[in-house]
Parts: sequence; structure tokens; C-alpha cells
Amino acid sequence: MLTSILKRTAVTAVALAGLTTAAFAQLELKIMAPAAPGGGWDGTARSMQQALTASGVAKSVQVSNVPGAGGTIGLAQLATSNKGDGSTLMVNGFVMVGAILLNKSPVTLAQTTPIARLTAEALVVVVPANSPVKDAKDLADRVKADPAKVTWAGGSAGGADHILAALFAGTVGADASKINYIPFSGGGEALAAMLGGRVTAGVSGYGEFEGQIKAGKLRVIGVTSSARLANAPDAPTFKEQGVNLEVLNWRSVVAPPGITAEQRKTLGDAIEKMAKSKEWAEILKARGWDDAYLGSADFETFLKGEEVRVEKVMREVGLVK
Amino acid sequence: MDTLLALANGFSVALEPTKLLFCLVGVFLGTAVGVLPGIGPALTVALLLPVTFKMDPAGSLIMFAGIYYGGMYGGSTTAILLNAPGESASLATALEGSKMAKAGRGGPALATAAIGSFVAGLIATIGLAFLAPWLVEIAIQFGPWDYFALMILAFVTVSATFGDSPLRGLTSLFLGIMLGLVGIDKLTGQARMSFGVPELLNGIEVTTLAVGLFAVGEALFVASKRLREPEEIIPIKGSLWMTKQDWKRSWAPWLRGTAFGFPIGALPAGGAEVPTFLSYSTEKKLCKFPEEFGKGAIEGVAGPEAANNASAAGTLVPLLTLGLPTSATAAIMLAGFQQYGLNPGPLLFAEKPDLVWGLIASLFIANVMLVILNLPLIGLWVRLLGVPQPWLYAGIIVFATMGTLAVNPSPVELGFLFGFGYLGYLMRRYDYPVAPMVVGLILGPMAEAQLRRALQISLGDPMILLENPGSATLLGISFIALVAPFVMKGMNRFKAAED
Repeated sequence: MLTSILKRTAVTAVALAGLTTAAFAQLELKIMAPAAPGGGWDGTARSMQQALTASGVAKSVQVSNVPGAGGTIGLAQLATSNKGDGSTLMVNGFVMVGAILLNKSPVTLAQTTPIARLTAEALVVVVPANSPVKDAKDLADRVKADPAKVTWAGGSAGGADHILAALFAGTVGADASKINYIPFSGGGEALAAMLGGRVTAGVSGYGEFEGQIKAGKLRVIGVTSSARLANAPDAPTFKEQGVNLEVLNWRSVVAPPGITAEQRKTLGDAIEKMAKSKEWAEILKARGWDDAYLGSADFETFLKGEEVRVEKVMREVGLVK
Repeated sequence: MDTLLALANGFSVALEPTKLLFCLVGVFLGTAVGVLPGIGPALTVALLLPVTFKMDPAGSLIMFAGIYYGGMYGGSTTAILLNAPGESASLATALEGSKMAKAGRGGPALATAAIGSFVAGLIATIGLAFLAPWLVEIAIQFGPWDYFALMILAFVTVSATFGDSPLRGLTSLFLGIMLGLVGIDKLTGQARMSFGVPELLNGIEVTTLAVGLFAVGEALFVASKRLREPEEIIPIKGSLWMTKQDWKRSWAPWLRGTAFGFPIGALPAGGAEVPTFLSYSTEKKLCKFPEEFGKGAIEGVAGPEAANNASAAGTLVPLLTLGLPTSATAAIMLAGFQQYGLNPGPLLFAEKPDLVWGLIASLFIANVMLVILNLPLIGLWVRLLGVPQPWLYAGIIVFATMGTLAVNPSPVELGFLFGFGYLGYLMRRYDYPVAPMVVGLILGPMAEAQLRRALQISLGDPMILLENPGSATLLGISFIALVAPFVMKGMNRFKAAED
């Protein structure tokens, strides 16, 4: 029920900038969150609204929600209704890459204009504190012995958590198409399944499990970043345990197709200014997000790489045929 | 003793004038958005999040909790007066409540809903304060198999909403279950019955179906027979307030409703709907005047209304103790906690006792404020029924349309609303009950997902449903509830034959 209420709830909010005289202050932006209020993309859009106006980069920012189908409904709207509109941005991220393939979306990210990558969150694989699985090697041995007997709990099918479970199996040399991945609606239910000891391992963003990890109810098997997390120096990475696995749940902004090079530069400059502001830094700290800023051109290259990687995994696990 | 001390400390925080003001603003907003169909507490809290960023964390969280409780109070108003449940949790309330309103007993219906909500809110908040740490230990032991068994029990009790013909009731139920199959399958991510329409990938929205079938369908039906056999609506008959008899018939359903709502609300995937259905059918079974059910029995309002408010407090148990959001509003409140760098969970009680206990204490205060705010409003609300029918029903259609568009501004959604409205008209015209269809849409997908998760965990062995004591017990109760009426009937016939 929760997600079905969430996914359709839509909000339009207007925030007016305070008294500001900065150079960009004439800029009026619209940011679309292709999801319902309360989720990660919505949170990113509203945080951008806050940072853009508070730092004086934009005069006004309006946030709207177009929920549905992993963001592909919002994506379709951006590509058609907003074509050539130089004042609209859409928040998106890693999850949308998979959703496009899964939902056979007629519009893809290649049709949008990449503006910037903003944040990234490492994923974490955990087991209940009383589990016999001690580290990544233990888990790898079990997956190799019989992938079907290792049950994974995480978010929606085809999302970042699912892709990580498949990548793990593939990386350690097991058959990724045989993994027993159980999607739960929202991190909450998956967390309950973990704490109840119902499943072998759980996957989520580090933040979602942080409280339980610190309380000693869950044990970290590995984090998916290249180096240990600053806020969790005790949690080992997969890489240091010899499993060559790196997945980041990144979030970014794109603009509609058909905008001019000049419009692209204006948007890119504005977002860069925001991403380097102290207001944005404060938000990142409060929310526990990592700064992963990449400018327009670098982000475009990065995005292409991720699209190839995700499609390969989704074919392997049979999500896309 | 520690809990009492902590709670007393919480009250000293919550009784500060500024906190009281936040609480008042919260309950007022909550009541208002609860009454307007379409705008719910989840949306309101989401809108306020960016505004409250710089405000005092305790104050804003107290306001959010006030909105949450207030929304649960306000939701019953439209369900009772206009037969238009604005959210799925007040569906069961609409069944008897709207019949009472038509018979001139709107006042007592609203009163039993408000006082029932107060009683349930009070008991459930006490439960939250004193039992949360233990309850949550039990709640997380609830596995997918247990949820599946709970859904089956809810399915069995749906028959209480069937009216006279089980066949028609089952037809309606299965239509709802079929609608529940539409959209992306949660477990494999594949689209089902979406016919290439992207809007269908998310499935059929429960509120659209409920508002279409109930409100729009009712309006069309009333309009269709207005010239031939005009229906008499009596705005007020007898007392506006509850009679002695009403009190006598309400208090036990309030307590039973609370007993369903609080523990099920505390389950990570329990929700507010299942306890309202269980309460409705229990009251129907226990009622001394079963012939009144379907015609406006006060027990059918008192029980479900208490159940849905108690479940709201139940939802806060996993939210505060584990950081598990189990409703849309709770999910956004979690975002609210996080914007202040607070992580609800086992450590929050130890790290920020003032904030947590202040919040819990403010829930008691919000509850008192709500009942004081709502009781005098009853006289005003009931006057709505005095509005001439064409105006009233035209207004309902306007509000239903606005509400649907506010939630999802999409022409496809609007088409669904009126398609379901026409279907609701046809079902009334040919005497099919509409409630089982909505219940089917709510329970069908939940039962399916939980069963498949259970089987995935057991590697395909169905015995898992009977091996676990929780699910085995619940399935046993469902079985007894299903066959008992037939057995009793047979026994009676046997006795009659012997005589």
C-alpha cells in the first residue's frame, strides 16, 4: 500500500528566493522529480530548490512531481512536453537506467541533455548479527555452492539493490540468473525481514541500515565504494576483500532534449555554482549524501558507461530479454 | 518507572507554549486536509518539509504528528456524510456511516467516530509509550507467511460486506482482485495487463477506484432515479448528539477496534485497511441488532474508526524504534527526521530522549485538541446534508475530480475515475455491492506478494505456511470463520429434522 500511495501523490511547491542580488538571480527554474514526494529523487529536487535559492543562484525554483514507473513517465514528459525548454530540469539516477530497460520505455536517457551528476551513495550488504556468514568470502562461497539457497532482500526488482546482488554473484563466479532475490516495497520491509532473520543477506543504501548496524543488530559484509566510508570506518569494502565490485547509487540532473548549447551552458554553470555552494555542502552533510559532482560533458560519458553495464546485468539475470 | 519519568519529562517539553502552538497548527491543518478528498496528510507534510528546514526539530516533528493524527480524524467526515471515503482506511466507515447520515443520524455517526478516534488514539498512544520496545520485537518476527495468513483472514471476513447475495459479492470481489493484477509485478518487475499504456504500469490506484465507485457512482445513481423515485434525505432526525443507547452500543466496538488497529498498525506491513475490515466484520457478528447492518448500525462506524486511528499510533512504533516507515505519511516523517540529521532507530531513544518523549507526549495533547476541535464542528458538517440534492451531488463530483487530479494530474487517471464511476452506477443499478471490489484491489496484490515472498524464502515449499505457528494459527481461524456458518446451519437443520 505504502508505495502505491506514495507513487501517485504529487506535489507542486513554489519557493521564492530571499533577498538576493547574485548574478544568477534572474534565473527561474523548474525541477521535476519523476517520483512521489518522500523518496530520494523528490528529496534531491527539494534540496536543490533550497540550495539554489538560498545561495542566490536562482531567483525562484518550482518543484513538481510526476510519479510512476521508475521515473519513466516523468522522462517521457520531459522529452515530449518540455522539448527545447531551457528552464526545466529533471532529477534522475542509477535506478532510472534499469527502469527504462525494464519498462521498455520508448524514451531513453540518450534523448535528454545531461547536466550534472550530483550525489552518490554506496550500497551495503548486511547479514543479521547472529548469521554464520562472517565476510564477503563466506557469502561468495555460499553463492557459488548454490545461488538459489542464498536469499537476498532489497528494494524493487531491477533497482540498484537487485543489480548489486546480480553483480556480486557474477563477480564471484556464480550464475547470476539463478540468484534468489526477494524485492520488498521500500527499505523498511526489507529491514524487518533482515532483523527477523528471514533472509541470508540484505542490500540497501548505507544510510538506511546505519542505525541497526551501529546498534549491533546487523553486520556489514561489504560496502560497494572504492574506499571505506568516512562515517563508517569499520565497514570493509568489497574491493579490499578481493571481490572486485563497485556500485554507486548516483543521482543527477538532466535537461530536456533540443536545448541550445548556450542554454546547456547556463544550466550547467548554475548547477555547478550550486554544487560548490556552502548551502549545498550543508545539505549533503545533513542528509548523509556524498558529493559526486561531475560536469555536463564528464557526466555524459559516465552515463553511457553505466547504461552498458546495467543492460548487461539485466540481461544476465533475465529481467530484460 | 523509567518510562513514566521519561514521559513526564516529555510532557514538560510538549507543554511549552511554542510546542503547543505547533501542535495546534498541526491538528488544525490535519483536520482540514483530512476532510478535503485527495489531499492527505502525506502530501501536506511533504509540502511543509522544505519550509520547516530551519525550524526547531522538535516543534516541526510535533506539528507533523499533529497533521497525521488530524488527517485520521478528518478522513471519516466525508466518508460518513458524502459516502466518499477519501482514503482506503475510511472505507469501512463509509459503509454504515453514510447510511446513518441518510437516515438523519449523521450527528451521532460523526460523534461516535470522533470520540472513538479519541479513545483509540489515547489507548494506542499509551501503548506506544509503554509497549513499543516489546511490541516491535514481536512485530519483526512476522514473516511473509504470517502476512499472507493475515490477508487470508481479512479475505474471509470480507463476506460481511457482501449484502444479501454471496454470488454478487464474490463477483465484485474478484473484479477487484483482477484489477489488482494490472501493472508492474512487484517480484519480477514484468508488466502485466498494462496494454502498453505507461500510466497502467503503476497499477490501479485504490483511492481512484474507491472515489469513483462510491462518490461518482452514487451521484450518477441518485441522478438517474431522482425523477422517478426521489430519495428522501433527512438531515437531522432526533438528537444531534449520541443518545444513551448510542453510547452503550459504541464503547465496546471502540475498544475492540483499538485492539485490532494498534498491533496490526505496528506490523511493518500491516497497514490501516486490514484492521478496519476485521473490526467491521467482528462488529457485524457480535452486534445485538444484526438486521441494522447495511442500514446504518452505529457499531459499524465506531469499530472501524477506532481501528484506523489506533493503527496510526501503531505505525509510529516501528518508525520510532526501528526507523521503519510503514505508511506514506510515516515515510515522509522519516524524511523529516533525517533533514535534521536524526535517525530514528534503536539509538534515538538514548540519544535524544527529550525529542522522542516530547513527541509522544504531544500525541496525547494532539488527541485532546482534536476531540475538542471536532465535536463542535459536527453541527456544522451535518448541515451539509440539508443542501439540495442536485447541488450536493454536483459538489461531490467537483471535489472528487479535483482530488483525483491533485494526486495525479493525468487525463488517464481522470478517465479511470469516471469509468469506475459509471461502473459503480451499473453495480448499484443491478444490485451488486461495491465495497468488496475495493477490498479486492487492496488485499489481492498484498496477499499475492507476501505468498510469493514466502515461497521464495522456503525455496518453493508450501508447507512453510503451516509450519510457522503464527501463520498456522491465523489460517486455522480463517478456516473456522469460513466453515462455521455452514456447520451451524447444518446443525440447525439437523435439529429441526429431529424435532
